[in-house]
Amino acid sequence: MSEIDKATVAKIARLSRIKIEEDKLEPLAGELNNILGWVEQLGEVNTDTIEPMASPVNAKLRWRDDVINDGDKQESVLKNAAKAEFGFFAVPKVIE
Amino acid sequence: MSEYRIQGATGDFEVVIGLEVHAQVISKSKLFSGAATEFGAEPNSQVSLVDAAMPGMLPTINGECVRQAVRTGLALGAQINKFSVFDRKNYFYADLPQGYQISQFKHPVVGEGTILLDLGDGKTKEVGVERIHLEQDAGKSMHDQHPQFTYVDLNRSGVALMEIVSKPDMRSPEEAGAYLTKLRTILRYIGTCDGNMEQGSMRADVNVSVRRPGEPLGTRCEIKNVNSIRFVRQAIEVEARRQVDILEDGGEIDQETRLFDPNKGETRSMRSKEEAHDYRYFPDPDLLPVEFDDAFVDAARESLPELPDDKRKRFVDDLGVSDYNASVLVAEKENADYFEELLAKLGNADMAKKASNWVISDLFGLLNKAGKTISESPVSPEQGAELLGLIEDGTISGRTAKDVFEEMFETGKNAAVIVDEKGLKQVSDTGELEKIIDTIIAANPGQVEQYRAGKTKLIGFFVGQVMKETGGAANPGVVNKLLQPKLDG
Amino acid sequence: MTDLTKLKISEARDLLAKGELSARELTEAHITAVEGFDALNAYIVQTPEKALEMADAADAKIKAGEQKGMTGIPVGIKDLFCTKGVETTACSHILNGFKPEYESTVTQNLWDDGAVMLGKLNMDEFAMGSSNETSYYGPVKNPWRKGDVDTVPGGSSGGSVASVAGFAAMGATASDTGGSIRQPASFTGTFGIKPTYGRCSRYGMVAFASSLDQAGTITRSVRDGAIMLESISGFDPKDSTSIDMAVPNFEAALTGDIRGMKVGIPQEYHLAGMPGEIEALWHKGIEWMKEAGAEVVDINLPHTKYALPTYYIVAPAEASSNLARYDGVRYGLRETPENGGLIDMYEATRAAGFGDEVKRRIMIGTYVLSAGYYDAYYLKAQKVRQLISDDFARAFEQCDVILTPTAPSAAFAFGEKTDDPLAMYLNDVFTVPASLAGLPGSSVPAGLDADGLPLGLQVLGKPWDEETVLKVSEVIEKAAAITAAPNEWWR
Ligand SMILES: [Mg+2]
Ligand SMILES: [Zn+2]
Repeated sequence: MSEIDKATVAKIARLSRIKIEEDKLEPLAGELNNILGWVEQLGEVNTDTIEPMASPVNAKLRWRDDVINDGDKQESVLKNAAKAEFGFFAVPKVIE
Repeated sequence: MSEYRIQGATGDFEVVIGLEVHAQVISKSKLFSGAATEFGAEPNSQVSLVDAAMPGMLPTINGECVRQAVRTGLALGAQINKFSVFDRKNYFYADLPQGYQISQFKHPVVGEGTILLDLGDGKTKEVGVERIHLEQDAGKSMHDQHPQFTYVDLNRSGVALMEIVSKPDMRSPEEAGAYLTKLRTILRYIGTCDGNMEQGSMRADVNVSVRRPGEPLGTRCEIKNVNSIRFVRQAIEVEARRQVDILEDGGEIDQETRLFDPNKGETRSMRSKEEAHDYRYFPDPDLLPVEFDDAFVDAARESLPELPDDKRKRFVDDLGVSDYNASVLVAEKENADYFEELLAKLGNADMAKKASNWVISDLFGLLNKAGKTISESPVSPEQGAELLGLIEDGTISGRTAKDVFEEMFETGKNAAVIVDEKGLKQVSDTGELEKIIDTIIAANPGQVEQYRAGKTKLIGFFVGQVMKETGGAANPGVVNKLLQPKLDG
Repeated sequence: MTDLTKLKISEARDLLAKGELSARELTEAHITAVEGFDALNAYIVQTPEKALEMADAADAKIKAGEQKGMTGIPVGIKDLFCTKGVETTACSHILNGFKPEYESTVTQNLWDDGAVMLGKLNMDEFAMGSSNETSYYGPVKNPWRKGDVDTVPGGSSGGSVASVAGFAAMGATASDTGGSIRQPASFTGTFGIKPTYGRCSRYGMVAFASSLDQAGTITRSVRDGAIMLESISGFDPKDSTSIDMAVPNFEAALTGDIRGMKVGIPQEYHLAGMPGEIEALWHKGIEWMKEAGAEVVDINLPHTKYALPTYYIVAPAEASSNLARYDGVRYGLRETPENGGLIDMYEATRAAGFGDEVKRRIMIGTYVLSAGYYDAYYLKAQKVRQLISDDFARAFEQCDVILTPTAPSAAFAFGEKTDDPLAMYLNDVFTVPASLAGLPGSSVPAGLDADGLPLGLQVLGKPWDEETVLKVSEVIEKAAAITAAPNEWWR
């Protein structure tokens, strides 16, 4: 269907926000091509009239009542953060 | 309104505008968690572990948000989709804890509808609504609190938004402004969004393209997150001009996301956010399709108040209120509510026209001067009705009423109390007035003669004399009635 | 009673009820066993103090006449389940040091019934793996060896099966996305059951692939599985995919009577190149069914061969999104390159935090969802998934339960398949189809191979019919009558 090259791996890595070292791109392209080549056998199956299945659960979404019964736990929310200050999460500065 | 055109060196251009409005749904708790939605709390205090996307936390939907979206759709005469699906929109940002926004992509809860724009002078225009979908708001990043760090507050994270997407049906900044004004009016009427643009509960993404009239659509740019109607108009003006200049220079428009800078009066590219966007939408496997029945839709419809277009029509057709007054009154629900309560207290539908005049000129005049909104009015509809009643039954003159009203506005006292205290009751006693009139006629034979010779306008002179004699307290209607036969001889 | 760790849950429960055993004694014996179990690397966190506290509370409960099936029973918890105040990392470096401020519903259900927590169990990183070799904390060893060669315990619930097979827990929680309960159960001679999707809450269970993940149990007998599964099951309003269905008394289903039951044998599961021993075991299972009075019918699941490729699109796609939250902002690892911005932090954190298999799956998932490929890969897979699900629905019109081998081989040696992801993926060839369809399934120890390694048979049921799965499993367990046990080389 499509051949994944180094540039594509780099693009996917960027989309996935995973730093991949330059020398790992080529081998990774090979691995991904292997897997994708294998899954492409699905092309043999005729699915023209088939609805996609998103979940094994055949039900409609259950609704919650509009009540406030959560929140007010700043300490718990921030507890595991690598860096939190003055009630905020702190991340490297974003320049917009 | 004449057609809006941008004059280029090589001819005229037409601007094509579509709006994506993010409107915060009025609900107590968030779209997928039980944390509060209220504005202005301590950072990260209105955050559940679901909103913070802790491992293993799952969304559960707030039914009220679905109901509010359906009510909004109904108010826009839109198609309601009894089956809709939540998708994940994947991208990384510091204030997007899950790494995706739960939104609706392929199957939104509301389909096509329309909004009728009021363009002044009774002119209207229909603008199509493409869809309304429900989605989560992100948190808030603050870049100016620390030299090295951006601070992130997740209080807004997960608050329900309706994204209301228009068709590219608008052709001028004014139409875009009218669209937002009308949309806000409707949302506020039905109570699905407070429409507060300063606090960010209503934000607009503006899609702008230009073309020569009659030609196919040009490439559009999206101006993100414009937060006032005035800025939307300005942004369109400068963006359309920018595009025309590029095209006339032989350039091409890049489809991109731009930001409006109101200080510089320009739009600029947001390249940082532009980078490699590929949202990889797919149905959220933590949620199931949203489904409801006709009974739910019917109940939502039942819950809607009278909508502004209907109200305006009723004011004009049934109550005899002028077109202009009606449109001013319905523009804000609070105004219409005040007016209707005033009418109810008056108990006399025939007075609707007078009452509308009083609200719009007298009441709004003083409110404006005092910088107050109608809900802060020191004069209640009930007090207003009493004042209008005193004019109607001749207790005070219209002129006196203005003074009384000013005092009411200042002190909050009732009209009758002020009239009593100040002895402002006008003289309607025919016997007393007749005596005065007779004296005046006797004292001005020359004017009487001229009047009788055909200069009937002089009746004003005699009324004036009577008013002067009574210190303004005479009822002008009664005076007129008495004067005429006496002058006619 | 010489060794309390050899007791089944059902046996301990009865002794506890009679007052012949205390939860404290039982727990102390297990704490000792856990301490002596280091060589297998099954536990990554031990919680002996908590265990003793819980044991005392259980003893009080029993005294008060409030004993339930799991009261006082020491169990291990797969590290996928969030446990309040106890480190939970899904065996990924990216969740380094994470201590949840909340408890998963599955574990809370256990604690509510009075169960005792021994610690957190090793697993493949984010449950991605079939040999427990992808864990940040290193591989788990199978208590069963091939001669004196170590073997993998299977995955991803490697710590769960090893601890139960090796008598370092009476039962363990586990999770199954494509076979992560059944395949390792087969490799270790334990009983593993994954209920119907929606039977157990996913709240507080670290997500791998949300439309597939389902909690279940590992025990040393079918009866124990029934007892433990009943405890962890139940409707949870906090999980939108949890179904509001009453939980049956699973133990009551173990009547041993399967007369007249129709057992389906899917013809497509006769794989070319499958070891003769597996084929033979399957036939033995079929014979046992007949002997017990069941009727054996051939059935067809025509889309079976497409299940694995379907799974390897759907699961990575969901995972790529589920794992986006590990970004260094709110918890877990953060790597900040010098002079780096936010994106640099994301990329460095995720590069350092995720292992190779996780990265591979995130990238595959990102790719199959990306613009231009969604229809060809993801949408296509969702449609084939529907066909696979339809296959089962049609098959269950002809039978009440389906019998297959659990895995195409016995436990293998370390490193044997790590270089070839596709070879590793093939381990789940028999388990994945039912996962895609959301069906309940078990793996029952049914025999040993020539090297003396355990082999399991898989029993698949209709949606919400765990009772039949358990009933048939118990008939196999009795017929197989396996007495062999690992030789406890680690002691
Ligand atoms: Mg937008
Ligand atoms: Zn949006």
